[in-house]
Amino acid sequence: MPTIYIDNKPYEVKAGKNLLEASLGLGFDLPYFCWHPAMGSVGACRQCAVKVFKDEQDSSGRLVMSCMESVKDGLRMSITDSTAKAFREQVIEWLMTNHPHDCPVCDEGGNCHLQDMTVMTGHDYRRFEFKKRTYTNQYLGPLIHHEMNRCIQCYRCVRFYRDYVGGDDLDVFGAHNHVYFGREQDGILQSPFSGNLAEVCPTGVFTDKTLKKHYTRKWDLTTSPSICQHCSLGCNIIAGERYGQLRCIVNRYNSNVNGYFICDKGRYGYEFVNSVNRITEPLIRTRPVEAVDEATAMGHLKSLVTSAPVIGIGSPRASMESNFALMQLVGKDNFYQGISDDTAYLERRIVELLQTGAVNSVALKEIEAADAVLVLGEDIWNTAPVMALAVRQAVMKTAAAQAAQQTSLPAWHDAAIKEFVQNEKGFLANITVIASPIDAIAAFSEHEAPDNIARLGFAIAHLLNAAVPPVPGLTEREAATAKNIAGALQQAKRPVVISGTSCYNEGIIKAAFNISLSLNRPERKAGIAYVFPECNSMGLAMMKAPPFETAMQRVKTENNCTAVILENDLYRYMPEGKADDFISHCGNLIVLDVLHNRTTAQAQVLIPAASFAEADGTLVNNEGRAQHFYQVYMPANDRIKESWKWLGNIKNMKATITNGLQHHPDEWLAALETTLPQFTNIAKVTPSHNFRINGQPVPREPHRYSGRTAILANISVSEPRPLQDDDSPLTYTMEGYPGLPPASMTPYFWAPGWNSGQAVNKYQAEPGGELQEQDQQVCLFPGKEQENFHFFKDSPEAFAARQDKYLLLPQYQLFGSGELSIYSTAIEELVPQACIILSAKDAADLGVVNGAPVTIEKNELHYTLPLKIHDELCSGIILAPVGYRGIPALPWGAWVKIMV
Amino acid sequence: MERPLTQNIHAGRQPLSLKEYTTTGGYTALQQVLKNMTPKEVQQLVQESRLKGRGGAGFNTGMKWSFVPMGEDAPSPKYLVANADEMEPGTFKDRLLLEGNPHQLIEGMIIAAYAIQANISYVFLRWAYKKAAQVIERSIQEAYHAGWLGNNIMNSGFSIDMYLHTGAGRYMCGEETALLNALEGKRATPRAKPPFPQVSGLFGKPTIVNNVETLCCIPHIINKGAAWFQNLSYSEDGGTKIYGVSGKVNNPGAWELPMGVTMRELIEEHAGGMKKGYRLKGVLPGGASTDFLTEQHLDIKMDFKSVAAAGSRLGTGTMVVMDDATCPVGFVHNLQHFFAQESCGWCTPCREGLPWVEKILLSIENGEGKEDDMELLQMHTQLLGPGNTFCALAPGAMEPLQSAIKYYREDFDRHIREKKCPY
Amino acid sequence: MLSNEEIQDIDHEAAKLPYKQAAVIEALKIVQQRRGWINDESVRDIAECLEMSPAEVDSVATFYNLIFRKPVGRHVILLCDSISCYVMGYKNIYEALQQKLKIKFGETTADHRFTLLPNACLGCCDHAPALMINGNLYKDISIEALDSILSEYN
Ligand SMILES: Cc1cc2nc3c(=O)[nH]c(=O)nc-3n(C[C@H](O)[C@H](O)[C@H](O)COP(=O)(O)O)c2cc1C
Ligand code: SF4
Ligand code: FES
Repeated sequence: MPTIYIDNKPYEVKAGKNLLEASLGLGFDLPYFCWHPAMGSVGACRQCAVKVFKDEQDSSGRLVMSCMESVKDGLRMSITDSTAKAFREQVIEWLMTNHPHDCPVCDEGGNCHLQDMTVMTGHDYRRFEFKKRTYTNQYLGPLIHHEMNRCIQCYRCVRFYRDYVGGDDLDVFGAHNHVYFGREQDGILQSPFSGNLAEVCPTGVFTDKTLKKHYTRKWDLTTSPSICQHCSLGCNIIAGERYGQLRCIVNRYNSNVNGYFICDKGRYGYEFVNSVNRITEPLIRTRPVEAVDEATAMGHLKSLVTSAPVIGIGSPRASMESNFALMQLVGKDNFYQGISDDTAYLERRIVELLQTGAVNSVALKEIEAADAVLVLGEDIWNTAPVMALAVRQAVMKTAAAQAAQQTSLPAWHDAAIKEFVQNEKGFLANITVIASPIDAIAAFSEHEAPDNIARLGFAIAHLLNAAVPPVPGLTEREAATAKNIAGALQQAKRPVVISGTSCYNEGIIKAAFNISLSLNRPERKAGIAYVFPECNSMGLAMMKAPPFETAMQRVKTENNCTAVILENDLYRYMPEGKADDFISHCGNLIVLDVLHNRTTAQAQVLIPAASFAEADGTLVNNEGRAQHFYQVYMPANDRIKESWKWLGNIKNMKATITNGLQHHPDEWLAALETTLPQFTNIAKVTPSHNFRINGQPVPREPHRYSGRTAILANISVSEPRPLQDDDSPLTYTMEGYPGLPPASMTPYFWAPGWNSGQAVNKYQAEPGGELQEQDQQVCLFPGKEQENFHFFKDSPEAFAARQDKYLLLPQYQLFGSGELSIYSTAIEELVPQACIILSAKDAADLGVVNGAPVTIEKNELHYTLPLKIHDELCSGIILAPVGYRGIPALPWGAWVKIMV
Repeated sequence: MERPLTQNIHAGRQPLSLKEYTTTGGYTALQQVLKNMTPKEVQQLVQESRLKGRGGAGFNTGMKWSFVPMGEDAPSPKYLVANADEMEPGTFKDRLLLEGNPHQLIEGMIIAAYAIQANISYVFLRWAYKKAAQVIERSIQEAYHAGWLGNNIMNSGFSIDMYLHTGAGRYMCGEETALLNALEGKRATPRAKPPFPQVSGLFGKPTIVNNVETLCCIPHIINKGAAWFQNLSYSEDGGTKIYGVSGKVNNPGAWELPMGVTMRELIEEHAGGMKKGYRLKGVLPGGASTDFLTEQHLDIKMDFKSVAAAGSRLGTGTMVVMDDATCPVGFVHNLQHFFAQESCGWCTPCREGLPWVEKILLSIENGEGKEDDMELLQMHTQLLGPGNTFCALAPGAMEPLQSAIKYYREDFDRHIREKKCPY
Repeated sequence: MLSNEEIQDIDHEAAKLPYKQAAVIEALKIVQQRRGWINDESVRDIAECLEMSPAEVDSVATFYNLIFRKPVGRHVILLCDSISCYVMGYKNIYEALQQKLKIKFGETTADHRFTLLPNACLGCCDHAPALMINGNLYKDISIEALDSILSEYN
């Protein structure tokens, strides 16, 4: 490790870093704007200037931009040098010549990197006496608010939007001191990662538009570490509340999962929590006045759960604690998966494959670091957006790493590397049913029927390992593609294969396993990632509960069963007829949920469940990583409780335990481990509820939190006792442990002088690295040493289009397919129109045009939607929107007829 | 006195056609190179000739070429670009060469390309040079027809394509890395150095950017040798230089003279001295981004080292004369207006600093200046210095300002005191 | 819509470069030459032609001062306002033009005949002041000469 001297003191630093990274990593406060740990340096803002000296004798030195200078052994630099300081202060004064003095009305105020840097450099007096230039703002859609006058031209937004994400509708216009950052015309930002602009922009140009509607200063928010609920990746988020409403979501840095960025569904999908559609009171539907108090509800429930046989229906979007609590209540043999049997089957297969330990289930971080990626059958842009972003980074970084090697450029030298790389890319093959935006960066993008995708996968595996039999009857083109892809994977050092359940095809899942297994060698760790549909699909699947079909038989044979449905709208996963059938056969229906839906509408007893923001709980993401989310605020009333709390209470009541035995999340998890050994270690995701650091809990409120004594003065002038959280080591106060909490329990990032989210660098061991207080990562699929694992040998037959019948597959939409996120008005605005997608050839054969109504027919089912013709879809397949509000579950993976 | 670069350029006459150029000895240098010299030998010879880049920075051309990776493993293709963007205010020397003797440039480019084994070359020509564009385009076609351009030229195994690219405005395009971005169809913001274009340039490949005048010297160096080239000069920098004078002189113009003639000779003899009724108050010796020199410097030699010793830069060698009836504040304001306007908007000090400077100067010129303004101006001249900004535009802009404050401080103060422009 | 000719010319320029998008500045000039300026539709057409987004094209278009993103008159007068012309009195020429045409820099005459723009150094400093109309250079101009110069353009 090289030693550098900062203001004459020696420090050991990592080679290959620049001086800014090194200084920040050592804990120095050095201001910057254009540099970003995930995006590297370009040297534009000139804010990070320091002095560098030739040797000990050199006293004049040379002003350099610390972000543009590599660490070298023996290098001498000064941060405190007076010229360097004066220059840094001057850079702020320059930036301020045009920056409005509107902090009091600016949404960024108190969360502003520019404010922080201004204070840091000491600039406080304005000498520029001329007019400021002003701009017209643009309408950028429902997610991002635009206020161009505040721009300090650090170019971060375009570098993020264009280079990092690959968007092409945000750019820089004009020249000299009249550069404008926005769209060519007013309009909705097209990238589903646009929300990150609010965090990437160091000032208030791009801000969260949904927050604006119920604005709260950052320091007035009560925040908790949480986990995104909108897909299976489990991105880490910070959720903030004030006045009993969830106000905003921001990214929570986790170097292993989402790093610095989340997708727009994750950022903006939170408003369902505040929705008028919330269930807020226990309801007993047979009463004239349905809403009842807790005691009444419990009394009623007691009679229900003790009189008849009780079964439980689990949920892929409820926490482990809640699912397990339900299982404990009804008994292991009476607990079922509340999802379609096909999906349950596929998920179970994947769990079994991962549990063999033969392949490495990889984190997003490892996908980002992959040097070759193969996507088999999964439309990750829509089903796992941040994974698509990670794949993009893998592709770009591989090319950059090669460039760095050839030119000996350091990895952080972003612009120079891009200029050298030009259009070179790392290897990505995206083999999916329908075109995806990531095709643009793929060496191979093929759009095929699921069986053919599986066959291609088997063919690749065969080329990699002769133990996989050859696939008979491949076309020449398929054979050539397989050869190319196998060749690229073979050469890679860190290949990753991605697949998932959304094609309803087991062959694809097996093919992905085969490929990953044949690539996995002691000298080369190959990765695999399977995408699941919901935030806790993996957790539910790992419980290995019997499928829904078995529950159905139960209710049909055992008359008068009482079913307890946990946070699950059956109509989302089951065809209408089937769900109706199930419900009609239940003697009693008890439903716990957050929002009203078709299932809750039929509950005899409806119990208000706390949303993730009002709850503690644990989710298992697609990788098998268990992560805990913490309550952000107390529910509006004490009848709204976490499902696990309700279920625990019911269980206690049933067992006639009345002495107020509490069940804390950590206790549920401990019990889960002992009951289901596949969850060994899961209790480590959170310390126990009475964990303290130096005897102190972790405060959810920053020390500048205001209005504590006055916030409820309209109700009562006497200051209420702070709310008590008995379930976690976090408190509802500003008082508590002032240092860094364990990483997974960090409610906000703040450090003296760092009020904006950039404060995260004070929590990291080094910029862009692990958090200092990184606690144990709980991954439930530990890899195993090489054993004799078996390949699958059963490649499917080639897909053959059928006469008058079409294979029906789901079309996921990032905005629209999510059950909860759709209750955010901002997201609702972005949902693409529901339509049926057919290939150009099939549409021509049927003689239908775009927009014409097309009806899907299967048994009694008739479902009509307008048609959209797609060039990049193979013939014989029909796609329909999945998970849309108001659109029933269709028989995915079945052959259907269509009527035009 | 020899005038190799301009001997065949005559005012009012059509530029040399290929035929005329060949009859005056054109393309013999190229033949010589292709037949008898290795690329390294060409680099060596040019380095020995002490030809320094005429684009402003004055770096030894042969040395610059020697940084290009050579040999089998070198990345390909490599590129050669002639910088014909000439937009530095006060500069009009390349126009003379472009319009007057296009084949001299083309031959120089082919030899330079050979020296670095580049197979693709571009002439990056500023938009306003309409006549030059016609002349160059026609000459490139002529050269293709004659087999001087294209595949396997003169059966040498060396292939070279040449294209004319005209700009769409912006002074920044002259800065060599911004020029590369412009050629790639991007915004002309500069690139960080290192990596230097010699290693990672146009489309990420090794690239040499040379000024037109630099390239025009090459055929002559090949033909007559390094020693001859050095001997043309009165100074240690080799060759002749095209000097120019504009402003209120009797005979403004551009002339090819030995490197190192004095400023006095240029202004008094070639430019015919100051116009009647005007006195020389100051000179920008090499374009808008060089420091003022004054009467006391008239006897310095106009070569890179001597001008630098006097506190300025040779720059493009085309000087702008400021007379005593021109207000130095207005003069400097005009320059700063130009630089602020032409700042690319990439780095903070230049983008925000120059407009501020411009505004202060305008308010001083309009009689609205304040005492503190001088301090602000001075602060800018220090903080917009080399290394502090991303490229050399802003530091260049500060040169005339800092020297104006040095030599004409009293004029600034009078504006502020009298609250009006005294001129 | 781009004309066939325009597309041909753009393709011709693109052929000189390793990838299409590098020809965007040329494409803008080609279209501007025929249409006088680049309107939003042209931006989108060029984008389509070069497989770029309109924002990408406009980002480049708005950087260069000689790509006009606003309508201009039939003839564009570029008056050099740089240092040699400043010394030689371009301001007088500018005032005379303002009086004659009733427009300032950046404006177009009511009859759309002329647009007047300042331009950085035309590289004609030894014959200052200088101006350029539709690419034709006029040197050593005097106020007296303006009428006859302008009369060449209708
Ligand atoms: C703002 C700026 C503008 C420049 N303009 C020109 C120019 O118009 N023509 C030119 O030859 N060099 C110009 N240069 C210098 C070039 O960057 C580069 O040094 C030169 O083209 C190299 O050629 P040479 O080695 O033959 O001198 C400019 C530099 C800067 C910083
Ligand atoms: S000094 Fe900075 S803003 Fe100015 S032209 Fe150079 S890079 Fe652009
Ligand atoms: S952070 Fe170093 S120049 Fe911007």
